[in-house]
Amino acid sequence: MAKITASVFTSHVPAIGAAIDLGKTEEAYWQPLFKGYEFSKQWMKDNKPDVVFLVYNDHATAFSLEMIPTFAIGTAAEFQPADEGWGPRPVPKVIGHPDLASHIAQSVIQDDFDLTIVNKMDVDHGLTVPLSLMCGQPEAWPCPVIPFAVNVVQYPVPSGRRCYNLGKAIRKAVDSFDENLNVHIWGTGGMSHQLQGPRAGLINKEWDNAFLDQLIADPEALSHKPHVDYVREAGSEGIELVMWLIARGAMDDVNGKGPAPKVSHRFYHVPASNTAVGHLILENQA
Amino acid sequence: MALDKPYLDVPGTTIFDAEQSRKGYWLNQFCMSLMKAENRARFKADERAYLDEWPMTEEQKQGVLTRDLNRCMAAGGNIYFLAKIGATDGKSFQQMAGSMTGMTEEEYRNMMISGGRSVEGNRFIGEDGDAQAHRQPQGSAHKKA
Repeated sequence: MAKITASVFTSHVPAIGAAIDLGKTEEAYWQPLFKGYEFSKQWMKDNKPDVVFLVYNDHATAFSLEMIPTFAIGTAAEFQPADEGWGPRPVPKVIGHPDLASHIAQSVIQDDFDLTIVNKMDVDHGLTVPLSLMCGQPEAWPCPVIPFAVNVVQYPVPSGRRCYNLGKAIRKAVDSFDENLNVHIWGTGGMSHQLQGPRAGLINKEWDNAFLDQLIADPEALSHKPHVDYVREAGSEGIELVMWLIARGAMDDVNGKGPAPKVSHRFYHVPASNTAVGHLILENQA
Repeated sequence: MALDKPYLDVPGTTIFDAEQSRKGYWLNQFCMSLMKAENRARFKADERAYLDEWPMTEEQKQGVLTRDLNRCMAAGGNIYFLAKIGATDGKSFQQMAGSMTGMTEEEYRNMMISGGRSVEGNRFIGEDGDAQAHRQPQGSAHKKA
């Protein structure tokens, strides 16, 4: 049977991708950030998954205003890195896992979550920057990846509660897949940042760290946090953090399948461009 | 019943909701068109003529021509779409975000390196933080212009 063994949480700032692609990781500005991911790259090698289920958001790349799916699951065999206006990032193409993705779509949709099934989609920095942070610069990504895009750009965006419960439904779906697969689920985006208006540049270190504490210890309570709290305290683009609740909702403890996860790694750094970077690795212990 | 908008009392912030999206539809779709290299070239060659191909309001066109991102946001723009204009101009997200504060690039960058903008005084309209309307523009970008 397929099994979710770990969840990974990380910001997905585009400037981080640019720093990696342009060879700037050793510069004084970037060094402290990449140092925080050294453990993670080794951990990825030591705990190589068979599939990563990667929750992220599209930033007006694959989805314009013509169509705005709330939850979109990529079921294709492969996905190309998108040209976001600067040319595509020089990273490997993303190999999908159509069998598991289709299985999850079937299970989750029949569990009353109305996913959009996507067979053609370029993936932007929201998906490729976390892969770069966790895997470095390989010739090919270490395993297949299922892209799962969440609308956090145009309101109404899904509630934290909805995301958390969706995570549980995804967990149930993975558990019922026949093949023996080690699956990681990643939640990306955030942490506090605002990219617009006179309040641009907002960072809230205390709030971010309280969010990390609660995500680890009491995600059930955290899932009730209303959108406006994210906007007011963590900036308009801090709303991306609802996506972390999808990954957290798929872990053992909140599905009655085992004890609280082990916190294998925790990291927080300000700034990366406009953004506070947060990162967690949680491992199931059952 | 009107849409519930609990976020309208956050200072210096425009939430891209259904109403903003309707208002900004063509402005944002124009921005999307800049993801193609040939469209970027045509836009750069004659910005006004390219904009006139789109059913945008004059206010939206002026916002784009003057690269006044706050004006674009007020006219229904969304930052992830407007970022395509920045990419066309070779501007980073930090340069774009900073341009909306009135700070110079250096001032904005230094604010971020020092830990970013504080939320204190910037949670609700009517407080006294640096993002409040009565404290605009911030920084000295307008002095250099």
